[in-house]
Amino acid sequence: MSTLKISGLRAAVSGKEILKGIDVEIKAGEVHAVMGPNGAGKSTLSHVVMGKPGYEVLGGSVTLDGTELLDLPTWERSQAGLFLAMQYPTEVPGVSLIDVLSSSLAAVEGDGDDLARRLRDEADRIGFDHQFLSRPLNVDLSGGEKKRNETVQLGILEPKFAVLDELDSGLDVDALRLVARRVEAATEESGLGVLVITHYSRLLSELKPDRVHVLAQGRFVASGGPELADELEVSGYGAYVDEGPETEPAATVAGDPFADPLA
Amino acid sequence: MNESFSVEATSGLPGGRDRAAAVEAASLASLPTAESEDWRYSPIGDLESSGWRPVSAPPDDVEIDLFDDIIEHRSATVTVIDGFVTSVDVDPGYAAKGLVVEIVADVAPLELDLAEPTVFDHLHRAFSPAAIRIATPAGLVVEEPVVVVTHAAASESVSFPHLIIESGEGSDISVVERQTSTTAAALSIPVTELTTGAASQLRYVVIQENGTSHWQIGRQLSTIGAQSTLSSGMAVFGSRYARTRTDSRILGRGATANLVAAYYGDNDQVHDFRTFQHHEARDTRSDLLFKGSQDDRSGSIYTGLIHIHPEGANTNAFQTNRNVKLSEDAWAWSVPNLEIENNDVHCSHASTVSPVDGDQRFYLHARGVPPSVADRLIVAGFFDEAIQRLPVVAARAEVQRLVDEKLDRRNEHR
Repeated sequence: MSTLKISGLRAAVSGKEILKGIDVEIKAGEVHAVMGPNGAGKSTLSHVVMGKPGYEVLGGSVTLDGTELLDLPTWERSQAGLFLAMQYPTEVPGVSLIDVLSSSLAAVEGDGDDLARRLRDEADRIGFDHQFLSRPLNVDLSGGEKKRNETVQLGILEPKFAVLDELDSGLDVDALRLVARRVEAATEESGLGVLVITHYSRLLSELKPDRVHVLAQGRFVASGGPELADELEVSGYGAYVDEGPETEPAATVAGDPFADPLA
Repeated sequence: MNESFSVEATSGLPGGRDRAAAVEAASLASLPTAESEDWRYSPIGDLESSGWRPVSAPPDDVEIDLFDDIIEHRSATVTVIDGFVTSVDVDPGYAAKGLVVEIVADVAPLELDLAEPTVFDHLHRAFSPAAIRIATPAGLVVEEPVVVVTHAAASESVSFPHLIIESGEGSDISVVERQTSTTAAALSIPVTELTTGAASQLRYVVIQENGTSHWQIGRQLSTIGAQSTLSSGMAVFGSRYARTRTDSRILGRGATANLVAAYYGDNDQVHDFRTFQHHEARDTRSDLLFKGSQDDRSGSIYTGLIHIHPEGANTNAFQTNRNVKLSEDAWAWSVPNLEIENNDVHCSHASTVSPVDGDQRFYLHARGVPPSVADRLIVAGFFDEAIQRLPVVAARAEVQRLVDEKLDRRNEHR
């Protein structure tokens, strides 16, 4: 049984420590939800785990079945079985979805057979219009269409673990249900383990979490069962936030051009 | 240039123009230098002029690829070797309908009232043997493209191809020119003149695949008539240094110029474009999209001007130049400009020079695509927009092949 283990993970952006020690262990088929206020470090966590440039890992480890992912380039993390559904999927002009997925599959086993049919099947499962499959990647897709596009890719690549960074944003209620059910089905069919990052509990009514973690000020300040999500829905994050919400700086390779030079 | 470019050297060339006067004008003009604004950033100063000589006759033993595996169906085929038209083959059906493909020696001098003649223009006037003229009569729609194969064979020589395309009123014509050369050092100075009659369509694509010791200093002059559309595409992949100056004069009311280019340099190649979009009538439109990439130590220069003349009311004019630098040592200069003498216009210009986008890379890497494959997909995707705008559909596959070939070479090196 596969395990994704994050231990003592600390990371900084532009010299500012955002993740101050994250510990979580996700087993195959489990769904862990990470909730928290804006600026808590949720997106940073997803980016650092996937290896996005611009973040500095200060300590800790992320292992998938014992393999240290932090030592691998991003594409090898993906090939090892990690998937990231991005909060803001990037538009890649002139590049088709099928070219990306076939290149990914070809890099290991060359199992690109029947990809077009599988793509149509995956699209049908979440009500994603086939016309979008032939568009250049994410170009001129609405926010909701982009999230469905991410879900189609998750279905094709069949990762062991998926980090879903606000997969619910931009989706209407019906689409949200279809997408959540698709991910839930993967947990049952192929034992997908999920780390789902969200602000709201509505996603979790379809994608049932085994554990819920509250991320605030760079740490998991509380963890519990699914009831914790319901509790947060009522009471908010006030109990877990000492000060006002911190702003989570976006990672820029060149550093923040608006940073105070005297700070 | 040097003493080889003499009046005596023109003696074997057809008459019909005052070659001696042009030789004289060329001898008085000096070679440009990169000091002048016109040639800034270019390696024109490296052009060794001493060894060159004009070609006096085409070699007779040159095998030439007629490009028929790429463009099978065509209305005519013309071959031009070292500036000499060596064969003309017109589909009899189109010939009967009046499609003209002819050799013309007594061509009028270039109308350069918007551009100062250079030494290269004088040399072209003096030493170009003859032009090939492709013309449609009024109303003729030519379904298949005319193919022109222009080849530079002789080494240490300068050739002067001259292509004239004229679309008669209400006619429709497509021309694809493929330029090739041997691996020898040679200089080509081509001139292409495009003239659209009222309400006609003229589509022209030039695919430049010269060898990397080849130099090219070309000029494209267009005059675009009322309600007509000129669509001109350039795909520039070859030559050590290739410069094209395009002067598009949009002269007729309601006329449109669509200008697109894809260019990709590697090793020490330099691709240089200087473009002018002159709006000289009302209700006109021009749309320029030039996209290029530079690898290794190669570079590109783009300088462009949209000029709205006082009579150019209700003009829509756009100019976009985008460059992707694929190596630290590659370089690209991009200088778009506007000169507007009429207030009733919509104009925009944009230019970018940047490496492969980091977010696009991360997205593909996060999907498990290896870095070399990801860059390849992104760069090919970058060119896709320009390739899809090439106005002759039959030419797109070859340009796609050239992009792929450059990308293959890139991956082999890494």
